[in-house]
Amino acid sequence: MSEDAAVDRKSIMTPFNICAGIIVIAGLIVTFIRFTQGLGAATNLSEYNPWGIWIGFDLLVGVALAAGGYVTSAAVYLFGMKRFHSAVRPAILTGFLGYLFVVVALHYDLGRPWRLPYPFIFGYGTTSMLFEVGLCVALYLTVLFLEFSTAPMEWLGYKRTRNLVHRLTLVLTIFGVVLSTLHQSSLGALFLIAPSKLHPLWYSPYLPTYFFVSSIIAGLSMVIFEGTLAHRAFHHKMDEAHKAEHNPLTLGFGKAASLVLAGYFSIKVIGIAAGNHWHLLATGYGFWFLVELMGFIALPCLLYAMGVREQNLKLIRFTAAWTVLGIIINRLNVSIIAFNWQLPSSERYFPHWMEFTISIFIVTLIVLAYRFIVTRMPILYEHPEYKDSH
Amino acid sequence: MSISRRKFLGWLGAAGAGTTIGSKANAASNKVFKGYPDSMGVLHDATLCVGCRECEAACNKVNELSAPDKPFTDLTVLDVKRRTKNEAFTVVNRYDGIPESKGPVFRKTQCNHCLEPACASACFVRAFKKTESGAVVWDESVCVGCRYCMIACPFDIPTYEYDNPLTPKVLKCTMCAPRIEKGLLPGCVESCPKEALTYGKREDLIKIARDRISKYPDRYVDHIYGEHEMGGTSWLYLSSVPFEKIALREDLGITPAPSLTSGALGVVPMVVGLWPVLLTGVYAMSKRKEKIATEERETAVAEAIDKTTAEGEVKLSNAMAKAEKDKEKAIEKAVKTALEEAEKQAEEEAAAKTEAEAAKADQVEPDKSAGKDQAEKIDEAQTEEADEAPKTKDAKTNDEEES
Repeated sequence: MSEDAAVDRKSIMTPFNICAGIIVIAGLIVTFIRFTQGLGAATNLSEYNPWGIWIGFDLLVGVALAAGGYVTSAAVYLFGMKRFHSAVRPAILTGFLGYLFVVVALHYDLGRPWRLPYPFIFGYGTTSMLFEVGLCVALYLTVLFLEFSTAPMEWLGYKRTRNLVHRLTLVLTIFGVVLSTLHQSSLGALFLIAPSKLHPLWYSPYLPTYFFVSSIIAGLSMVIFEGTLAHRAFHHKMDEAHKAEHNPLTLGFGKAASLVLAGYFSIKVIGIAAGNHWHLLATGYGFWFLVELMGFIALPCLLYAMGVREQNLKLIRFTAAWTVLGIIINRLNVSIIAFNWQLPSSERYFPHWMEFTISIFIVTLIVLAYRFIVTRMPILYEHPEYKDSH
Repeated sequence: MSISRRKFLGWLGAAGAGTTIGSKANAASNKVFKGYPDSMGVLHDATLCVGCRECEAACNKVNELSAPDKPFTDLTVLDVKRRTKNEAFTVVNRYDGIPESKGPVFRKTQCNHCLEPACASACFVRAFKKTESGAVVWDESVCVGCRYCMIACPFDIPTYEYDNPLTPKVLKCTMCAPRIEKGLLPGCVESCPKEALTYGKREDLIKIARDRISKYPDRYVDHIYGEHEMGGTSWLYLSSVPFEKIALREDLGITPAPSLTSGALGVVPMVVGLWPVLLTGVYAMSKRKEKIATEERETAVAEAIDKTTAEGEVKLSNAMAKAEKDKEKAIEKAVKTALEEAEKQAEEEAAAKTEAEAAKADQVEPDKSAGKDQAEKIDEAQTEEADEAPKTKDAKTNDEEES
């Protein structure tokens, strides 16, 4: 008995679990502080800087990086890339968890989080981009929940409901793409109302288009990136189809990402031309803009193309991680780094350590939820009773 | 898929309609909103302001805000630049060292009560309202506390109770809307000893401001700040120095805030309407491509089968013909051999007979066993040939299965 207990203890006390445990405890403590003492105690937000990393990272980056769900399901179900079918479930799962925890994180930032449904009950502030974001995120979270729900239903054996939901796949996929197009772009459009606050190199009437196009890049890169991580941690959970389809998927999505990055690069340059902001490139912010444009758009575009041509999976995987970093930098540039650029440095924002804690806490919760689900439900493999029914 | 396309598009249409109810996309229209008729405003003449902070004190009093650390009579607070705070809906700042002015210039800050407010446009619960009296007011009962109004405000006016964990308010000047309803002046206007603040109909205020500029062209910059900025504001400013020197941004433009997002909002129903068409089209195309590919594959398979079958039949018939021929040959041969042997035997018998006749006359009987052997041999040859035929048939079946 005691030996068994010792073994159990050893299997639970892995370095990963210990780190996760510490983060979760820290997160819970900060959560307590946030909801008892207010945003003032837990954040460095101010009158000039009402949005910090809980919006810039948790919301903007979170939603962009959760784009893998709609990108993959559209590729497989609408564009007919059935050979990547095994990638849909993991992508839907990470998309669902991403959006779910975006909404969870939003509760930290909102002054009165329990009023989150108010815009759809009392206000109906249809002139607000945020209304559009809220409505689409709420609907899309529902769509993702339904798309994902087949996995737990297979796990729990609700065969009839599962088959009913399964028949909705096509409708849900199309609805998901429509909603994603809308809210991914609307997140960029949030900043259209503040031309006097966002640096002109980042402010553009094309902001919604930039956000939408870059969300496709984020989705493609995240599927490759997550796939790489999943292969390291959950290889034993994958069926033959999943393993066999992974490398072609990496090549296929890498090729697509390279193409979309090329388009994104073009429209970013067109944005500079349209605003005639060339002279600003010679400033400090211009340098930072060029780092983003050349280092995180042009470079990964090239690296992806090289990786695909040389069938270099390692290079593609590295590029995927690099591109994800670029998306994070872009969202932070728009919401924080180039926002309020005219204010003196004393009025600028830098996150409080508790803000970092909550952001890391949320990411950890996503990873833990992902692990809980893939070790139990048919995500990386097909359920034997539902084979060929996709 | 058991859902009809019609049904599906209907659902999407319904969802799309939900997002568009009540929204207007007038970015490209020629409509211009010049404020509610007869709405009120305040004209702040910075050339008359002496920085006495009486307005701040009055504002604090009428809005029942908490008392500041330093009393309002302490003018040293003007040494640093201040902004609106939760405890101060208005502040006066002093601007020193402006070449266009002999002494310091004072300017009062508070909500400008835009004609088309950015905060109201940005609010997703419509907590902000531009009243017909001109004031922009905030409704606590619906506010979610997202602070998008603060992002949107080009003048950085709204403040937020960051230290209130459960019921934080957004705070800003209300143009003393409750007092105006009672027929009173806004607190700050009433308290100003130098008449640097004038309350009245916005249209009249613009006339007054124009009069002052034309009467004293040396004293004023020829511009009424707020007449057109961000589509126009209810608070208007006159100054002796360029407005950017007294922290009123001159790069805001004259586009009202709602126009900045109306274009993007206008795209929403288009996406809802057209994306499903495009995506269903893409789906149909990929489906059709797949169907054609399947059909082509099936045709190819059928052709291959036909070809193999035909070949097999030819082979079979050839084999059969050959077998038939071989059989005939074997029979012929066997018959021939048998005949020859029989002849031979007959000859031998005849010879023997002759011999026997010659020797023992009628004692020996003719040998029949040799003839029997010949008959058996013929039978065997026939059976072997018959065996070959089924074998050919088997080969044909195998071909079919493989293909």
